Amino acid sequence: MSFVRNARYLMGRSIHNIQKRGFADEMKLTFAAANQTFYDQSEVRQIDVPSFSGSFGILAKHVPTLAVLKPGVVQVIENDGKTSKYFVSSGSITVNEDSSVQVLAEEAHKVEDIDVSEAKQLLSQYQSQLNSASSEEAKAEAAIAIECAEALVRAAE
Amino acid sequence: MMMQRANILMPVAIEATFQSQPQRGMATLKAISIRLKSVKNIQKITQSMKMVSAAKYSRAERDLKAARPYGVGAQQFFEKTEIQSEDKTEPKKLLIAMTSDRGLCGAVHTGVARYIRNELAKDDSQTKLFCVGDKSRSILSRTYGKNILMVANEVGRLPPTFLDASKIAHEVLKTGYDFTEGQIVYNKFKSVVSYQLSTLPVYNAPTVEKSEKLALYDSLDSEIVQSYLEYSLASLIFYTMKEGACSEQSSRMTAMDNASKNAGEMIEKLTLTFNRTRQAVITRELIEIISGAAALN
Repeated sequence: MSFVRNARYLMGRSIHNIQKRGFADEMKLTFAAANQTFYDQSEVRQIDVPSFSGSFGILAKHVPTLAVLKPGVVQVIENDGKTSKYFVSSGSITVNEDSSVQVLAEEAHKVEDIDVSEAKQLLSQYQSQLNSASSEEAKAEAAIAIECAEALVRAAE
Repeated sequence: MMMQRANILMPVAIEATFQSQPQRGMATLKAISIRLKSVKNIQKITQSMKMVSAAKYSRAERDLKAARPYGVGAQQFFEKTEIQSEDKTEPKKLLIAMTSDRGLCGAVHTGVARYIRNELAKDDSQTKLFCVGDKSRSILSRTYGKNILMVANEVGRLPPTFLDASKIAHEVLKTGYDFTEGQIVYNKFKSVVSYQLSTLPVYNAPTVEKSEKLALYDSLDSEIVQSYLEYSLASLIFYTMKEGACSEQSSRMTAMDNASKNAGEMIEKLTLTFNRTRQAVITRELIEIISGAAALN
């Protein structure tokens, strides 16, 4: 009787151990924007991010890196396979040694929330702003805004 | 100029007290009622200020809750790489004081200013200040005016936005002051009744690049590190501004609540004195009338 109980106890412990080992392979994502927080140290399977050195996907045990976010779509695949897409304007990506990932965006919104016609209107507005810009600084500003608006339209479509 | 004005004022004030001295009764009654009225008005003001800051506080707290993971995330990289500035021989320090333009909020701003003053008392030759908000400037400019690099105004009227933070970060980087050690001095919000003065370190690109653990990080060039640091400075400033704004509102709420309570106490005492004086005046007049009538008989 006691043998059975011991065996069950051991089995339970080994399952627990496996789970614990699996735990280390998971990565913790903090995905926040200045306006709201989407993930706060929650475990996810994969994150795809657009950066200035090219878009890349992050899985657990990714090599530590720093990158700068480019306007585009961040895709988060959660452990249960649920995929969510967010549009980000700019920000930073940090992948640390302990597989924790910080994606900090200046502005981020769910892709579903973007209105395509509004985004297109914004794009044309910035394009006319670029044409009418006189100083170098204003031109650069408008060019950045266009880049962001283009990504916004692409994300919404 | 100030001395002159004070000299003119003094005799007037003395005269006023002399005048009010011999007349008692009616005149003091009037004086007390004026005083009572003004205290009542002050209480009304402090009460409504409390209401306003309570509303602002609840919003600031909500904002802060959203911004906390952001701020913590922004600090993670610096904590995990354990960066330390190696250049101890000649540290050029930069202190960023997170305050606002508005006063009447307890010791929120003075706490920040006191910390900075203590830091400057140690060594003020290699330290520069960046004052966010007029309050820290007005407190520090008298003694350490030459250390102030720049002041950011119009802080605190509206809730801080990321745009404000990035503007400040931009100015910090644009000043051309190559600091080796940076610190953001701010109040960290704990609860409605308490906040804690805290500091956050800020690093420049050479310090980060020298860090040992950075070798672990893949595919970095100095441009990425530079833009990463610029962005994280803006994020940290944004986060500390949120913390500061929330502490300020909560502290103002408490301060105004206390002020209303004190005004209430004062009103109670003044009303009592007013009634006593009124009675005394009536009694005296009665005595005068009665004794006058008695003298006639």
